[in-house]
Amino acid sequence: MTSQTPTPPTLKAVSHKGGQSVAIRGLEKTYGARKVLQHLDLSIAAGEFVAIVGRSGCGKSTLLRILSGLESPTAGSVSLNDDKANAHGDVRFMFQEPRLLPWKSVIANVALGLDRHARPQAEEALRHVGLGERAGDWPSSLSGGQKQRVALARALVHEPSLLLLDEPLGALDALTRIEMQRLIESLWQRQRFTAVLVTHDVAEAVALADRVILLEDGRVALDERIDLPRPRHRGDPAFAAQEERILERVLGSDSPQQDAASGHADATEPPKRHLSRVA
Amino acid sequence: MSTHTENRLFSRAAPWILPILLLAAWQTASSLGWLSTRILPAPWDVLKAFVTLAESGELWNHMRISTLRALSGFALGGGLGLLLGLLTGSLRSAETLLDSTLQMVRNIPPLALIPLVILWFGIDEAAKLFLVSLGVFFPIYTNTFHGIHSVDKGLIEMGRSYGLSRWQLYREVILPGALPSILVGVRFSLGFMWVILIVAETISAQSGIGYMTMNAREFLQTDVVLVGILLYALLGKLADMLARGLERTSLRWHPRYQPQH
Ligand SMILES: Nc1ncnc2c1ncn2[C@@H]1O[C@H](COP(=O)(O)OP(=O)(O)OP(=O)(O)O)[C@@H](O)[C@H]1O
Ligand SMILES: [Mg+2]
Repeated sequence: MTSQTPTPPTLKAVSHKGGQSVAIRGLEKTYGARKVLQHLDLSIAAGEFVAIVGRSGCGKSTLLRILSGLESPTAGSVSLNDDKANAHGDVRFMFQEPRLLPWKSVIANVALGLDRHARPQAEEALRHVGLGERAGDWPSSLSGGQKQRVALARALVHEPSLLLLDEPLGALDALTRIEMQRLIESLWQRQRFTAVLVTHDVAEAVALADRVILLEDGRVALDERIDLPRPRHRGDPAFAAQEERILERVLGSDSPQQDAASGHADATEPPKRHLSRVA
Repeated sequence: MSTHTENRLFSRAAPWILPILLLAAWQTASSLGWLSTRILPAPWDVLKAFVTLAESGELWNHMRISTLRALSGFALGGGLGLLLGLLTGSLRSAETLLDSTLQMVRNIPPLALIPLVILWFGIDEAAKLFLVSLGVFFPIYTNTFHGIHSVDKGLIEMGRSYGLSRWQLYREVILPGALPSILVGVRFSLGFMWVILIVAETISAQSGIGYMTMNAREFLQTDVVLVGILLYALLGKLADMLARGLERTSLRWHPRYQPQH
């Protein structure tokens, strides 16, 4: 290395540009008369991995879509600040479905929106998700999990500083899901982007996130830090305890009578139920 | 020889067995005088008529003229249909302005316009061009319009959020997404193109296959009439093969056209 002239900044150097911080203040979103988000305050540090959980219809997707600019807020503000001055604050969205273009080869899907010289980058991103061999294939020949990996490569090739994931693994089988979780974690550790993951799987949230946020009645009802060392193991008692606690909280907030009685879930004993946990 | 290859041979030959038997029966019936040539000439006579017409050059001349009419009508009507379909499919304002009017016109069968067209254009080339264009316009227009509307909204949203410009979005997402539907329109209109041309040529023309057939009818040349009918069948089949080939090459990504492993 020392004998050579200084090498120009390579892909690797750029990919450590890090994430951007997010500050959400007094965010509100209404559709017609329905208030989906209200008085939502949330700060996310640069490079942090945040998981958002909450019952169906509580506004998780809406929040992500506002962060990505696909929707605009009714009131309040969302500011994204990059910790590096030169970065252009790229935000990428990974949807629940792969949304690959069926008329483009796998590699052309990954390279979507990049200029022609970026082909090697797309190939590298595809290798990172373990699909380097399938570059020339049509998306229709891939399995569901492989399609989601291509979608992940497509999001990451832009080296986003903020990656938004809206239940991207929801449709996958349990084994593929755990594989994908590990992949997402390792790519996040490599590229240090800020990640916001919406999931209905509390175990997934605890496995991946630095913080788990529970969204309820349009605002943050729980903000729990997960300090377990990585890589995390599901068999670990500390993991299980934290998962159990969050799950109880999510389910406790599920009960409409409680909301009516006191408006505060912790005021009464959480009802005893049989919990069927998703893998 | 294994039974497997025998089966293959049989399934190759099977579709031809019935036509050949029919042809043989037809020839026999004519030779034995059971079928009057006024009604149906023998296949052998039809073949002879074909050779005579081909040698005199008359046949090629009529065929060339008919094909030219068909293709120019297809280019004009189809091109216009594609253009307007893209326009109304992509722009809300164009849709509100044009679509309901076009849907209204669509309900008029092109052939119903023949008397009017003869009044307007006489039996000029313009009459045939107008009828064929009108006939192919609507299948292509409608399928283009619906093709664009039925492009997966999720893909469009994805394209937007991945930073595609308007033009890129159109070229990479909307057009390819609408293409299968557009090609269905093309195939449909290619079939329709010949139907309209046949009618237009038999009613008002001084050249072309339709004219040749009608002319032969006046002189009771049933063999020439049959040559004309078979030519139409052949040209129709050719157009269909062309459309299928087009689909196969431009929809290679579609699971329907992928080789089975
Ligand atoms: N475009 C829209 N128009 C009207 N209402 C909408 C629209 N998008 C979402 N909503 C409503 O906003 C609420 C929140 O929707 P959102 O998709 O954010 O829920 P979610 O938390 O992602 O649910 P899930 O876990 O089922 O995906 C729902 O009640 C939904 O009906
Ligand atoms: Mg959702």
